[in-house]
Amino acid sequence: MVLTLTPNGLYCPSGDFHIDPWRPVARALITHGHTDHARGGHGAYLATDIAGPVMRHRLGAITLDTIRYGEMRRIGGANVSFHPAGHVPGSAQIRVEVAGEVWVVSGDYKLEHDPLSTPFEPVRCHHFVTECTFGLPVFDWPDPEDVAREINGWWAANAAEGRFSLLGAYALGKAQRVLAILDPGIAPILTHGAIEATNAVLRAQGFSLPETQHVTQATDLRAMRGALVMAPPGALAGPWARRFRPASSALASGWMRLRGVRRRRAADRGFVISDHADWAGLNRAIAATGAGTVHVTHGYTEVFARWLASQGYDARVLRTEFTGESLEEEEA
Amino acid sequence: MKDFAALYAALDQSTRTTVKLAALESYFRSAPDADRLWCAALFSGRRPRRAITTTRLRDWAAERAGLPLWLFEDSYAVVGDLAETIALVLPAPATRHDQGLAGWMACLRGLSGADEATRKAQILAAWDGMAPLERLVFNKLLTGGFRVGVSRRLMTRALAAATERDEVEIAHRLMGDWTPETTTWAALIDTHDPADSLSRPYPFCLAYGLEGVPEALGAPGDWLAEWKWDGIRGQVIARGGQIFIWSRGEELITDRFPELARLRDLLPEGTVIDGEILAHDGAAPLPFAALQKRITRKSVPKSLLREAPATLMAYDLLEEAGRDLRGLPFTERRARLDALVSALPEGTPLRPSPAIPFATWDALAATRATARDHRAEGLMLKCRSGRYHAGRKKGFWWKWKLDPLTLDAVMIYAQAGHGRRANLYTDFTFAVRDGAAFVPFTRAYSGLTDAEFRQITAWVRRNTVERFGPVRQVRPEQVFEIAFEGIQASPRHKSGVALRFPRMARWRQDKPATEIDTLDTLRALLAHHG
Repeated sequence: MVLTLTPNGLYCPSGDFHIDPWRPVARALITHGHTDHARGGHGAYLATDIAGPVMRHRLGAITLDTIRYGEMRRIGGANVSFHPAGHVPGSAQIRVEVAGEVWVVSGDYKLEHDPLSTPFEPVRCHHFVTECTFGLPVFDWPDPEDVAREINGWWAANAAEGRFSLLGAYALGKAQRVLAILDPGIAPILTHGAIEATNAVLRAQGFSLPETQHVTQATDLRAMRGALVMAPPGALAGPWARRFRPASSALASGWMRLRGVRRRRAADRGFVISDHADWAGLNRAIAATGAGTVHVTHGYTEVFARWLASQGYDARVLRTEFTGESLEEEEA
Repeated sequence: MKDFAALYAALDQSTRTTVKLAALESYFRSAPDADRLWCAALFSGRRPRRAITTTRLRDWAAERAGLPLWLFEDSYAVVGDLAETIALVLPAPATRHDQGLAGWMACLRGLSGADEATRKAQILAAWDGMAPLERLVFNKLLTGGFRVGVSRRLMTRALAAATERDEVEIAHRLMGDWTPETTTWAALIDTHDPADSLSRPYPFCLAYGLEGVPEALGAPGDWLAEWKWDGIRGQVIARGGQIFIWSRGEELITDRFPELARLRDLLPEGTVIDGEILAHDGAAPLPFAALQKRITRKSVPKSLLREAPATLMAYDLLEEAGRDLRGLPFTERRARLDALVSALPEGTPLRPSPAIPFATWDALAATRATARDHRAEGLMLKCRSGRYHAGRKKGFWWKWKLDPLTLDAVMIYAQAGHGRRANLYTDFTFAVRDGAAFVPFTRAYSGLTDAEFRQITAWVRRNTVERFGPVRQVRPEQVFEIAFEGIQASPRHKSGVALRFPRMARWRQDKPATEIDTLDTLRALLAHHG
């Protein structure tokens, strides 16, 4: 086996390394910087050069080696390379080849283009490890340009009536992707500390983001009415958000495709925008790998594996501790 | 349909009354007559019957989407709403229909007579020309599940604003047994005098719950107290030599109460009485369970007429000799009601709800405590000088209910909700203790906050012992205080009791399951209150 599942995570015996392990290991190859994939405590890390700064920012002083997309490394008996996953800036699918057998661990991925992430590239393989956060046919993402128009339209209408627009989005990836499609001509853009910190890291790397202002005690909110306020979803319900009055609230998430979820979250609006592949995207990505065996990780695993089996794949459920795009506090 | 779907989305997206009101008003101003008539009908509870079985709809939707049925079903389990699941899985529309709400309603109506092949062809053609949002609304209408968070009152306000009419008049016009197939916009809203229609009831006057002490209401002498009866609120109309009995839900229930239909020969022409229909043995009201047997029956067997004879406990006189009395003070209407009833022959199944004399609020509180002995839920307090309002109006009618009965019970089964509550465990079965065993005695699904439902859902997922289809048996650990209004012996229930309005009053996270109430306590409650 090129890769096997151990209590620590996905392990490559030939190269003696783990991919996105959830317990401390000696050597970890990391697909991207979200907390359920990049955890602290490993002896040595390998990630893409683009993902590196955010990982350092989040994990502190780690022993981190970086690699460029497409660059080949020999680790023990394995040939390893990283390929764009399109999920967030710097996110990668990790290709591992041992004695001619190729496995690809996709981490989290999406096929849609966004203004910041390097677009997903299919990688031919024998075994493909895929997430299926949105692995049901009800998940079908709308055209991102339509969503951008919806968000800016909502913001402009709020601004015209002197309301704040409170928008919940994950601090790494989603927030910046949404920032990049906002129309800064409408009003100022304010940010929660968690998002501003990630913005600073990405700006320092050369990513172009619109001007944002970090909200502090000193910020004069009376002068800011009509502003868009971007915060992690968890902060919207808490005391931090109460200072913005009057306000309309919204969440940006793939889950907003479901009316029940949207209503339960008690946000005024839900924008369907996800950093994960939708149903058609998952199926397209899997087909493009040419893989005969598909290992299904986090999401609707049983249902999705059954579907893949009915389509002729050797489909297996792989029990990992990844969480995917959750609506709760932690991000993915 | 696009406009109506957009209205639905606007209402669905906002929790603010002003926003909903503006969206409805704008629709009522701009939509064609046939469409806005249907809109008024739908938002006043005049929903069409289900035109097609949901089994067929699932089959057709799965087939059109190119999905195996099991995958469709698994998706439905996650979405929690059939109309929405269908809307989401279907492929993007090839064309766009340009038909209004009324056109689609006519199409739905046509389906009921058609053969299955025709139905299928029409439904698929409809789906193919709609965006997901329109499909959702269409499917809701198709499955008879059309509901949206807009009260009838709010719709009435919007309609009154859009037509620049008085809200009370519009509320009256919307009453009765019309449907868009039996009337027109002009007839309903513009032209006829609402009183022209013989059967049309008046909007019911409703009470707010009294929170806090009655002392806040001022002098006891300004108020009239009555028992709050636990029956079916109804309006009896004698006009044109006919009798019409309406429930508060505006259902015509004349045929279900033949003993009350006799009032046709007894009440003077042009009489409208507001009251409570009760099962009554001549001396005292019978428990609600006796009346319940009659609610669902369209025709009533003789044995049931003997077992649970109905009486109208009259509250108010709304029309006398064809004259609308609603503007008069309550004492004046009440005096006329008493005079009218006293002129009726012995044995008429109609009696005025007795006024309860009281001198002080303390004395009345003591009387209220005996409500269950009178088979009442508590007291009603009515302002003596008040007119008969349409709907709820603060300050005139108050209900002062008894505190509910309560028991501490443990949750043993949980089931997920639908719609807004999809993916959340919200429907629970509760048990009391009998030695080492747990005996289920009621279900409840309301009373917790959304946050509490999320918390208990996470707990249910981790503590499932066994699954029976959608039902999960859970570890008997979570204790809830169950509140209810009444208790009755019931051979249909395993525990031998049936509760009235059970709900979760509190989640007792402080209490272990070993300390919950016992079957003996439940039986003692039944003996005392049943």
